[in-house]
Amino acid sequence: MVVCGGGNAGLCAAIAARRTGATVVLLERAPAYMRGGNTRHTRDIRLAHAEPNAAATGTYAEDELYADLLRVTEGETDEPLARLTIRESATLAGWMAEQGVRWQKPLTGTLHLSRTNGFFLGGGKHLVDTYYDTALRLGVRVVYDATVRALEHESSRVTHVVCVGSTGEHRLACAAVVIAAGGFEADVAWLREYWGDAASRFTIRGTPYNTGLALKALYEAGARPAGDPRGLHCVAVDARAPRFDGGIVTRIDAIPFGIAVNAAGERFYDEGEDLWPKRYAIWGKLIAEQAGQIAYAIFDAKTAGKFIPSAFRPERGDTLAELAARLGLDGTALARTVSAFNDAVRTRGAVELGALDGNATDGLVPPKSNWAQRIDTPPYFGYALRPGVTFTYLGVAVDCDARILRSGGDRFDNAFAAGECMAGNILSRGYLAGFGLTIGSVFGRIAGVQAAQLARA
Amino acid sequence: MRELDLGAELERQLGVCNACRYCEGFCATFGAAQLRAPGGPADYAYLANLCHDCRMCFDACMFTAPHEYAINIPAAMASERARTYERYAVPEMFARAVRTPRFGTIVTVAVCVAAVFLAVALISGPDVLRMALLGPGAFYRVVPYAVMVTAASALVLYGVVCVAMGAHRFARDIGRGEHFVTLRTVGVALHQALALTYLKGGGAGCYDVTRRSSRRRTFHALVFWGVIADLASTTSAAIEQDFLHLLPPYPLWSVPVLLGTLGGIAIAVGAAGLIAVKRASDERPTNGRMIALDYAFLVLLEAVALTGLALLAFRSTAAMGSLLALHLGVVGGAFVTAPYGKFVHFVYRSIALVMNAHEQGPGA
Repeated sequence: MVVCGGGNAGLCAAIAARRTGATVVLLERAPAYMRGGNTRHTRDIRLAHAEPNAAATGTYAEDELYADLLRVTEGETDEPLARLTIRESATLAGWMAEQGVRWQKPLTGTLHLSRTNGFFLGGGKHLVDTYYDTALRLGVRVVYDATVRALEHESSRVTHVVCVGSTGEHRLACAAVVIAAGGFEADVAWLREYWGDAASRFTIRGTPYNTGLALKALYEAGARPAGDPRGLHCVAVDARAPRFDGGIVTRIDAIPFGIAVNAAGERFYDEGEDLWPKRYAIWGKLIAEQAGQIAYAIFDAKTAGKFIPSAFRPERGDTLAELAARLGLDGTALARTVSAFNDAVRTRGAVELGALDGNATDGLVPPKSNWAQRIDTPPYFGYALRPGVTFTYLGVAVDCDARILRSGGDRFDNAFAAGECMAGNILSRGYLAGFGLTIGSVFGRIAGVQAAQLARA
Repeated sequence: MRELDLGAELERQLGVCNACRYCEGFCATFGAAQLRAPGGPADYAYLANLCHDCRMCFDACMFTAPHEYAINIPAAMASERARTYERYAVPEMFARAVRTPRFGTIVTVAVCVAAVFLAVALISGPDVLRMALLGPGAFYRVVPYAVMVTAASALVLYGVVCVAMGAHRFARDIGRGEHFVTLRTVGVALHQALALTYLKGGGAGCYDVTRRSSRRRTFHALVFWGVIADLASTTSAAIEQDFLHLLPPYPLWSVPVLLGTLGGIAIAVGAAGLIAVKRASDERPTNGRMIALDYAFLVLLEAVALTGLALLAFRSTAAMGSLLALHLGVVGGAFVTAPYGKFVHFVYRSIALVMNAHEQGPGA
C-alpha cells in the first residue's frame, strides 16, 4: 500500500499499517531535511482523558471536548466523525508513547493548555523524527522528494499512484492508498482563486510543500470536496517573517495590549473583543481584509515585554512620530488615532489580560471593549503585521473508516484520507489548539489499519 | 566569530528560541535563557556553561540551516564556552593557549616528559632508565621520593590555584552580586552534575551518532569515575606509605593498584569511546574550537591512562624506569595544561548548575 504524505497523519497511517502487517511505501514530497509537513511546527495535541495521564493533567471528558469543538465551529461539524475522533483521542497518549514519543510538562506560557493538551518532548520536528525512526525500524519504505501527480482509478478503485521523484515519473501499483498530504495553503495561485490578489501578500507559516497536489489528484479522481474552500486559519504575524515556514515564532500577540491600525493609520476593529485563543485566531483574517493586507500593532512602554515574545524585536520610537516613520506610517494620522483613542479610554481598574476586564473606550468607533489603557508612555513600540496562514479547511469527505467519499454518492473501495486534507469535515472553522493533530493521528491510524487490511487480503 | 558578533548572534538566536520554547524539556538552558533575556556577556557565559551539549535542541529544531533563521544553539554555546575557558584562564598570559589546544598540549607534554627524563638522568643516573628494579621503593630509585612529592605538589597546586581563581571570577561575573552558593543549591548542582542530568536530552538521550544516544553519557561516566578511582588510588597509596610504612610498588591485589588499574581502564575505555563517538557525530552542532579542545583533552587522558597501565604491566621489566618517567611526564603535562583546556569544563558547568538551582528556587 502507498501512503502519500509524511507528516503526522501519514506517519501514523504508515506505522499502524505496518504493525497490521502490510507492505508500506510512504511518499514524502519534501527532501529528508524538510520532512514532516506542518507537523514540524506543532508542539501539543488535544486529548480527552478520564483521569490524569503522562500527557495531561486533570480530566478532560469527551463531552467537554465535543462542546469545545461545537463552540469554535459554531456547531458545524460532522458529529459521527467528531465523536469518533474524540473517543479515539483518549487512546493516543499511550499509543504515541509506544511509538517512542515522550511527554513533557507544558511549555512556559501554555499552562492554560496543561489539562486539555499533551506536549510532546522537543516539539513537532522531534515528533516527526521519532515517528520516522519507528516507521523505518518497522520496515516502512520512505521515498523523499516524491510528488504525487495523479491517482489512476478504475471506477471506485485506485489502481496506481503516479508520482514524480528524483528518478523521474513512476506509476506505483497499490492495493490501497492513504492520502495524508495536508492542505493547499502553500499554493498561492490556488489561494488567489478565493482571495484574489490579497493572497499574494499572505505569509505562509508552514511548509512550502503543502501545495495541495494530492488533493487535486483526489478531486480529479472523483473525490467529494468537504470544507469551506475559502476557509483558512490565519493569525497576525510579523511582516518581517519569511514568506514560508516562519513557524510559531513570528506570531504577534501584542494587539490586545494596545491598538491595531491599518495603512491609513486608522483603527478598524475592537482590539479588546475576546480572550485568547479567539483573539489570536481572528486577527489574521481582519488584516487580510485591510488595504495592502497590512496592519500595525501599536503599544507603549507600559505593556512592552508583557506578552509572548516573538523572534524579531518591535520597532521603537521615543515619540509616536518617530515610531510612525520607522513603520512607514503617516505620523499625523497615527497621532490623531492615538489621541482619539486615549481620550476615549475609561479605565475601571487594573488591566487584566486573563479576563474580560471591562476597561473599555467610551464613544469610540470601533470601540475597544476590554484592556483599554492610554498609549502615553514612551518609548512607543510597533509591529507591522501580515496575515499568516496556518492551514486550510478544504478537503475531501470521508466516512468513519477514513474511506474517501465520491461525488457520485458512492465511496472509494481502497482510498483513505487522514489529516489536514480531511480535517475540515470535523473542524469546519475556527481554531482549537492541538486538535488538528488529534484528527490526523486518529484518522491516520484508522486509515492505516483499514488500508493494511485490504493490502494484506 | 568575533566577541561582539557572538554576543549579538546569541541574542538573535535565543530571541527565536524564547519565542518558540519547544526545547524547554531537553535541559535547563532554555528556561534560564528566558529569565535572562536579552542577556549580556556574563549571562551568555552562564547559559553556555549550563548547556551540557546534548545537541537535542539542534536535532529537534525546524529552524536550522538552510532555514533563514539558521538556529544552531549547541554550536553557538560551544563557541561561547571556548570563550569562557579563554576569558577566565589564569594567568592571563597563558590564556591564548586555549586557542591552540592541540599544539599547546603536545608541546607541554613533550617538554614535561623531556624534563622528567632529564631530571632522572641527572639525579638518579641514566642507568635506572634501562634496568629492572624490583622490591619496595623501586619507583623512588628512579625518581627520589622528595623530588616526586615536591614536583607533584607544585604542579597540583599550580593547577588547582589557577582553576580556582578562574572559577571564582566566573562565579562573581554570573552571580550578579547575588549569593547563590548555599548548601541547597550546591546539593542540587552536585546531584545534577554526578547524574549528568542534562546530558540526557530530557530523557530521550543525546544527539550524536543517533538521535537518542546514551553513548556520551556512558563513556563520560567511565572517564569521570575512572579519574575518581585514580585519585582514590593515589590517596590510598599515600596512606599505605605514610601510615602503614609500605613502599610502592604495591602488589596487584592491593587497594592502590586495584583502584588505579580499574580507574586507568575506565579512563582508557571512556576516552576512546568519546573519541569514537565524536568522530562519528554530526559536526554541525559544534565548532572547530571546541572539537580541538575536546580531542586535545581526550587524547591526553588516553595517554595518561595508557602510560599508567603500561607502567603497571611492565613494572618488573627493564622498561619500568622509562615508563615511570614517561607516565610522570604525561601526568605533569596534564596538570600544567589543565587550566587552559577542556579540563575546566566541569568547573564552570558546576557553577552554572549552582546558579541555576538558585534561580529556579527551592520549589523546582
